[in-house]
Amino acid sequence: MDPLSPPPPRRRIRADLPATIAEGNGSAPALGGRRAPEPRTRPPRPYGPERMRVDGLTVSYAGKVAVGGVTLPVRSGEVLALIGPSGCGKTTLLRSLNRLVELTPTASRSGRIVLDDSDVDELDVTRLRRRVAMVFQQPNPFPMSIFDNVAYALREQGSKRPRSAELAEPVREALERAGLWDEVADDLGRPALRLSGGQQQRLCIARAIAPGPDVLLLDEPCSALDPRSTTVIEQLILTLAQSLAVVIVTHNLQQAMRIADHVGFMYLGELVEYGPADEVFNAPRDERTRDYVAGAFG
Amino acid sequence: MSAPATAAKPPRERVADWPLADRVGYGLCWAAGGLLCVIAGAIVLYILVQGLQYLRPELLFSRPEVSLDQSESGGFLDPLLGTFMITSIGVVIAGIIGVSVAVWLTEYGRPAGLARAVDSAVEVVAGTPSIVLAIFGLLIFQSSGLGFLSFTAEGGGVFGRSFIAAGTMMSLIALPLVVGATREALSTIPRHVREASYALGKTRAATIWRVLLPAARPGIATGLALGMGRIAGDTAIVVILLGAAGQITPQGDVAPFNVLRGTGSTLTSYVYNNSPAGEGNAPQKAYAAAFVLLLIVIALNFVVDLVARGRRGGVQWIR
Repeated sequence: MDPLSPPPPRRRIRADLPATIAEGNGSAPALGGRRAPEPRTRPPRPYGPERMRVDGLTVSYAGKVAVGGVTLPVRSGEVLALIGPSGCGKTTLLRSLNRLVELTPTASRSGRIVLDDSDVDELDVTRLRRRVAMVFQQPNPFPMSIFDNVAYALREQGSKRPRSAELAEPVREALERAGLWDEVADDLGRPALRLSGGQQQRLCIARAIAPGPDVLLLDEPCSALDPRSTTVIEQLILTLAQSLAVVIVTHNLQQAMRIADHVGFMYLGELVEYGPADEVFNAPRDERTRDYVAGAFG
Repeated sequence: MSAPATAAKPPRERVADWPLADRVGYGLCWAAGGLLCVIAGAIVLYILVQGLQYLRPELLFSRPEVSLDQSESGGFLDPLLGTFMITSIGVVIAGIIGVSVAVWLTEYGRPAGLARAVDSAVEVVAGTPSIVLAIFGLLIFQSSGLGFLSFTAEGGGVFGRSFIAAGTMMSLIALPLVVGATREALSTIPRHVREASYALGKTRAATIWRVLLPAARPGIATGLALGMGRIAGDTAIVVILLGAAGQITPQGDVAPFNVLRGTGSTLTSYVYNNSPAGEGNAPQKAYAAAFVLLLIVIALNFVVDLVARGRRGGVQWIR
């Protein structure tokens, strides 16, 4: 199959239609009505300061190039969405930012990644990953209580210190920021794996933001979730993006449109196009981008 | 295999329509399964009837005595305690070493050559008959350097028989089961769960200790319980390395070390000694002890089932 062929067109869910469209034509609410399928990206916002910078990044697995010569900025206070067909290097790029790519024995990397003026290779990897947190595709809470999942992120390595009582406040704060507190406050001792998928993913977000990171990496965080949980997580991402830099990898173009400020389109390891979401979706400069985002317009 | 388009549902397959060879094979499979059930039922029923017939509460609480008269040769308190002690010693050693080996194999496993060697070593130990392990244990524990672990005669000869010696060799029986169960449990944990811990800035050691081992706990418990069953049921090592001497006989005076240095017996050796083949020839007591042993082992298997079922119905990650 042609990797560039766009995904099948999807109807945009009602929840993300502007109120005027969703409720406006009361006389003809029937489906199939002439609703302009015009894409709607978020209104441009002022950029925050640059938090990370990727400069000429190349990553290869056993000699095979997965990401080739990518340069792009990651700004605080915005959502940067990385889009592109499967296997285009989005996830590898994301995993390079917190050096998780080093876990793959065959991976080799060149190029510079800078976090607040310091090269990530010079930072202690433990420190780096507490500042550049990550949430995965599948919700993966640890097999312990809700409380301990968040506390684990706050504690030193394998230690049980600081003790639970001292962590009650930071744990609560992280769960509140992740929008999960009200649902779990009555029983924080419950096993985290008993939560629903959407709740598990929000717990993973709480766990990631608990140590107070500067950057939050999200690798297709909604692909294992139902539409309702997806909406909740997207709202949460927008809220979090006010205070930190968010980088999200997504296969879902509608999702990128709904939440992204900047968009990077990757194809075969190359960053084909990078720019404000509005431009990438409505006036792509590259033909490959145009073909790919065409899927977003159904 | 595809039915004609008109048929509403495919015709049911009937054994009677199979070729003769298939029908014979099918019948043999049935017979084999049935036979196994009959044998298992017979063992349990026979030992149950015989055991219950001779089992008296006082047998469980009185020590064995050397006597030709069965009414004076006592019960099997010491062998019962011996079984528990040997099983505990063996399973503690096997647990510590087995879990470590399994963690190393699944989480590190480098260099690959060493991992392969460890893998083969575990298989060799698993395949070694316990009587061979026992003889090998005698070789080790009779060396003069290890004299403090067992009884040393006045001339300096090391006896080589003690709870420590027997328990250590027993651990080798349980070890492969613990390694296998732990490895399997660890390898079913999705990779992204490990990565989630690394992504929080955790080291490999912290991840193993706080995330992976707790997640593997049901698997580890299964391996330990299986190993306990094997240890409780072994006779060869008890006869050669524990003395199989009826009463627990401490050596020295530093409690509880003197008991561990001393000799004793277990239910298996007690059954052997009292069976018509052994020295005691008190079959009634052998049956009673065999019944208790069977109960212990069945209970352990039951625990394994419970734990395994709990694991299936319990926590699972979204894939």
